[in-house]
Amino acid sequence: MRETFSEISPSDFFYRNRDLAGFTNPSRALYSTIRELVENSLDACELERILPEVYVRVIPYDPMETVDPKKYIVRVQDNGPGVEPERVPEAFGKVLYGSKYKLRQSRGMFGLGGTMAILYGQITSNKPVTIETSVDGIKRYCYKLMIDIEKNKPIIVEKKIVDSNGLHGTVVELVIEGDYLRSSTKIQEYFKHTALVVPYANITFVDPTGRIFYYPRTTIEMPPPPKETLPHPHGIDVEFMRRTIRQSSEENLAKFLSKRFHRVGLKTAIKFLQYTGIDPNRSPKSLTEEEIVNMVTAMHRYEEFLPPDAGCLSPLGENILAAGIVKELAPEFFTIIVRPPSAYSGYPFIIELALAYGGKMIEKGIKLYRFANRIPLLYDEASDVSWKVINEEIDWKRYKIPQEAPIAVIVNISSTRIPYKTVGKEYIADRPEIEREIKNALREALRKLSAYLSKRSSEEHEKKKINMYLKYLPLIANFSKELAKKSRPPNYKKLLSSGEYEGEQKKIEEFTNS
Amino acid sequence: MKESRRRLKSSPTARKREVQELLKILGEKIYYQIENGIFPEIEMPSRSVKNIVYDESLKQYVVGKNRVKRSSKNIKHLRPFTQTIWLAFFVDKLIKEGKTSTLRDVYYSAQAFGIEFKDQAESDEIITDLEALLGKAREDYNVYPEERSAIYGNLTIEYTTPGHEGKRLNLASHPDGYLIGPSLSTAELIETSAKMVFAVEKGGLFTRFVENKVHEKYNALIVDTAGQPPRSTRYFLRRLNQELGLPVYVLTDADPYGMHIYMVIASGSANAAHLTELTVPTAKWLGVTATDIETYKLPYVKLTEEDIKRAYELKNDPRYRDERFQKELDVFLKRQKKAELEAFAKYSLDYIVDKYLPDKLKEV
Repeated sequence: MRETFSEISPSDFFYRNRDLAGFTNPSRALYSTIRELVENSLDACELERILPEVYVRVIPYDPMETVDPKKYIVRVQDNGPGVEPERVPEAFGKVLYGSKYKLRQSRGMFGLGGTMAILYGQITSNKPVTIETSVDGIKRYCYKLMIDIEKNKPIIVEKKIVDSNGLHGTVVELVIEGDYLRSSTKIQEYFKHTALVVPYANITFVDPTGRIFYYPRTTIEMPPPPKETLPHPHGIDVEFMRRTIRQSSEENLAKFLSKRFHRVGLKTAIKFLQYTGIDPNRSPKSLTEEEIVNMVTAMHRYEEFLPPDAGCLSPLGENILAAGIVKELAPEFFTIIVRPPSAYSGYPFIIELALAYGGKMIEKGIKLYRFANRIPLLYDEASDVSWKVINEEIDWKRYKIPQEAPIAVIVNISSTRIPYKTVGKEYIADRPEIEREIKNALREALRKLSAYLSKRSSEEHEKKKINMYLKYLPLIANFSKELAKKSRPPNYKKLLSSGEYEGEQKKIEEFTNS
Repeated sequence: MKESRRRLKSSPTARKREVQELLKILGEKIYYQIENGIFPEIEMPSRSVKNIVYDESLKQYVVGKNRVKRSSKNIKHLRPFTQTIWLAFFVDKLIKEGKTSTLRDVYYSAQAFGIEFKDQAESDEIITDLEALLGKAREDYNVYPEERSAIYGNLTIEYTTPGHEGKRLNLASHPDGYLIGPSLSTAELIETSAKMVFAVEKGGLFTRFVENKVHEKYNALIVDTAGQPPRSTRYFLRRLNQELGLPVYVLTDADPYGMHIYMVIASGSANAAHLTELTVPTAKWLGVTATDIETYKLPYVKLTEEDIKRAYELKNDPRYRDERFQKELDVFLKRQKKAELEAFAKYSLDYIVDKYLPDKLKEV
């Protein structure tokens, strides 16, 4: 018997492997659909520096149907730049098409999250997706699309143009089989987390029961848009090199390397090629397969390349993070640590970490909020590098923070490539460079919290002490007056104003610590 | 009542005046410290276990040289400091008004002055602090315990209690005896024909002694200690001994606890080591001794585990270094027997008075 091999389309591949992308079951699928669409909207707005207005509504497809899982209509609407009408079918109806195949920090990474949701909707409901989009606020293009899964091609079911009434942006509405009953907690958590790091957005979520969750904008400051950047030689693989060579037009390798790679100038390129023993004047296309492999290996090993420049990244920044924390956590104390840029395997990254303490909203114990390029990560917390740092690498006792203290740790990693462990984008691998940066940030934050707590407790002591004096000294004064048979009590107020008592402070602290 | 003895009218009133003077000095010290901008502080002998030592010459526990300072500047001390000063103020008032108070009264009285005690143990502790601070027993500043014991015999006293001042009473007037309470404790001892004092452990035997006219036969005063005597009784026994020069003889059950009743009368307790005026160092233990159980063939019961444990403790106690006590403790441990004072009734109700007592008095 002979095995038959057949080529499958990307749509087909993801249809068969939908677990990979977070569409395992109806509850997870509903969560993933909302998340992918919201993230596309936020990305689109941020890229064009538009303060995002995102409206999300989930309603049952058939109001008579009561038992989950069932069909839901998911509608996500934004005020983004819109999509050029002619690109709509390809952008929404073909897997792996999209703007995210360049090296630039963005929420999505594989460029397929949104399309995946559409694909999932189609296979569970057999209903077309509706796309409405306007780039100019004048004309609004409305499409109904299906995906030809085997051919990975969009099928336009309907197309019309209407008046957009001055509104630009995109609306995606699709029907999917979902389970809100089992996913409502995660979905609400997702919005809360998002609001924490996107305080410059107005986000409204109307859930299937009619409840409205509104996260208002509290700042108009937006993070700088991420810039496109060339790949760093440390971060490429053989396949990438092969493709780049195929697309190249440079006449020699020295020029090719300096034009196509980050941190490689002509000088560095020549030095590197001399190191590898390849003639800098050869045409890139003349390289043999073996030479390509050897060159990539050498690129990884060569240490003279400057580390990647983090200027292309778009971290949140202290102000925005602070606005989000104040708005969503209202803590008694918080501190934000922004680590200097670092890199792993040729990809730049920045760790921003915030530690919030106390207040009415933070519960006892340590609550971890994880973000990667501002995407909340909600699943598989215990596999995440931040969790590992908090629970295994930090000696909390050293910072004299009481057990059960109400603490929130917020970690945002910004990178051109987040080292997720899975396509599901839920937890970050424990790369040593990243682990080190998180650890340093957390330590610094804990030192600040520790200092705050000890200052607060000494202030409380001071206050308590004064109150004690005010309570007892007048009594002592009066009893001594009676015993000594004097006509007026001695003037005890002198004792309080003299600052005499301050010397006792240290002793008292020692006493309370023991 | 052939021979009577008169003593100078003195001690209770004089002692009260002395306490009042000490309280005024304390008040002035604090007053001027505050006036001079200094957080007031007081100093007293330390009552910690480490500072309680046995004084061979006094034959009792005394406090050592260590002193503790209590400063109102220290937050930890502030509350007890205030409590102590309040108590000083409170007892000053008691003395002035000629009133007395019990330990429990003190605990409750504090509330009226904005002073809190979390329980009576805390207020008792402060009362003891003031004793150490002034070097005077609480009875001297009119604070008495609840328990009372009794006295009977030919002794005339004169009250100093307000409302009764100058009134005299002979303590042989009532066969049930008189409570050794605040009024009796502070009364002047006017005259007596007695030659000795019998302190007995039990009310039953006290009544027997009165019925059998021990007070006449032996020319004695009879005191019921009602178990381990309260401090006011120990203080009164000391007055009988010191002011009237009467020897004190103690009769207890024949067991380690009985022995210890005697020892506390003679040598005091570690709890009151800061006070040296509660003991009768010359008091004698008549019995009932462990040896007496054999000699008089008394009905006995076996020592309990607790009795045995107590006996071993006492053997190591410096107050029991005397050979006679060591021997008696050894006999207890060897024979494992104990007996009660009532056991003599085996022979007759009068036996203890007519036979045992003369025997033992000869012995000591």
